[in-house]
Amino acid sequence: MQERVIMAGFGGQGVMSMGQLLTYAGMIENKNVSWLPSYGPEMRGGTANCNVMVSDEPIGSPIVTEATATIAMNRPSLDKFEADVVKDGNLLINSSLIDRKAERDDLKVYYIPANEVAVELGNSKVANMVMLGAYLELTKAVKVESIIEALKKVFGERKAHLIPLNEKALAKGAELVK
Amino acid sequence: MAKVLMKGNEAIGAAAIKAGCKYFFGYPITPQNELPEFMSRELPKVDGCFVQAESEVAAINMVYGAAGAGVRVMTSSSSPGIALKQEGISYIAGAELPCVIVNIVRGGPGLGGIQPAQSDYYQATRGGGNGDYRHVVYAPATIQETVDLVMESFDVADQYRIPVMVIGDGMIGQMMEPVEFNEPKRRELPSKEWATDGTKGEREPNIINSLFIDPEELEVHVNERLEKKHAIITEKEVRFESYNVEDADVVCVAYGTTSRIVKNAIAKCEEEGLKVGLIRPITLWPFPDKAFEAITDKTKGILTVEMSTGQMIDDVKIAMNGRKPVYFHGRTGGMIPNPDDIVAEIKKIVGGEK
Repeated sequence: MQERVIMAGFGGQGVMSMGQLLTYAGMIENKNVSWLPSYGPEMRGGTANCNVMVSDEPIGSPIVTEATATIAMNRPSLDKFEADVVKDGNLLINSSLIDRKAERDDLKVYYIPANEVAVELGNSKVANMVMLGAYLELTKAVKVESIIEALKKVFGERKAHLIPLNEKALAKGAELVK
Repeated sequence: MAKVLMKGNEAIGAAAIKAGCKYFFGYPITPQNELPEFMSRELPKVDGCFVQAESEVAAINMVYGAAGAGVRVMTSSSSPGIALKQEGISYIAGAELPCVIVNIVRGGPGLGGIQPAQSDYYQATRGGGNGDYRHVVYAPATIQETVDLVMESFDVADQYRIPVMVIGDGMIGQMMEPVEFNEPKRRELPSKEWATDGTKGEREPNIINSLFIDPEELEVHVNERLEKKHAIITEKEVRFESYNVEDADVVCVAYGTTSRIVKNAIAKCEEEGLKVGLIRPITLWPFPDKAFEAITDKTKGILTVEMSTGQMIDDVKIAMNGRKPVYFHGRTGGMIPNPDDIVAEIKKIVGGEK
């Protein structure tokens, strides 16, 4: 198993955190992992993205050139990264903010209204977790329990009360692609 | 110890503190800012001291002073900042003082860009400062290796009384990978009798100096002390990784994160039945010349891959000494080589198109 994921969106949509959680969860499961962020001026109001590898084999390059999945949180991300997905790979599109369909017909494409779902759950900030939940349901890259364990470490005691909401978002995302 | 997920820059800081580094002097620059940030937060907790200097020149001279006092000290910067530090590095090498310098390389020349690059190979291995000096240069490829080498760097610096540079690129600084902080094998280190740490009225004062006005004295200093030390380091401290070199049609040479991209390219070649080897220098100085002795007549050519216009290739050519043609593939400006492009270059060499 080797998952090569590109996660991309506006700064503030939680794409970096989503990637770190997947990476952290992979490490908890003793898989080989790496997380490579874009950095620099594009973080200020522009697009942010990260490359995540979760693999049973040792990881060569941490740069994702042939993505097994791309999670596009906004339109510029879809425009930029649709081409990088391998044939039959997963393309997850945040249809709340992206007004176009996928251009390629050789991918498994999923349209997920992540922001609407997050708002229904009571907090628009968990849109990233809705997408992550869908991704995990499709790929089983790591167990949802490992994500929760990772969340506990990232949040600490002070923000532990946010975990049930995140759990709900993950579950709702999974439900949408079942 | 259990694995933790850490960003390269922070892992370097944690490794340094674990190795007994208590002093850090630096000046901010992307893409290494998380390192001084980490040190500013963590050094006070171990009774250490962090200073954000007024400039890179000031920072390296603070390192000079602290190293002269015999403490473990580090500075870090990125390419243009390291350029500013060269004068101080030459002084520290001339005065035979130990310190660790981290360069998280970005594209140049001048202010260049902020994305990953390897265009400081000359600067690191030839010395941007004046005079006949050398310093050790480690080029790790993963965060784990970075952590291990940073810890060992402090021992190597103390053992030989020499600056040690750890060179990564923006990717090493910014990416996260799991790391374990294993207790490094401690070397037997000489005591720092030369340090200017106070005579307490019990000994003659020590003098830290790189000035030798008498040419006879300076020649002895350069030949008998520095150059002999360089020879010992060249004999004992060379490090490299070697993969399938003996049997290869093409041998690639790459260091740091580029070597990981090359490994992906090699795997693709192997799927097509091509035999491709890799030499990955871990020490850029001393350069692993002996790794190239394993290359046989079967090999058609050498392919050096760098994120530069071709700097390490000079050392590869010196090591090969004309035995085989040496080719180059590189990207610059913060652009990253693509495995498919490397595969194409390898095929050209195999097919005799080059």
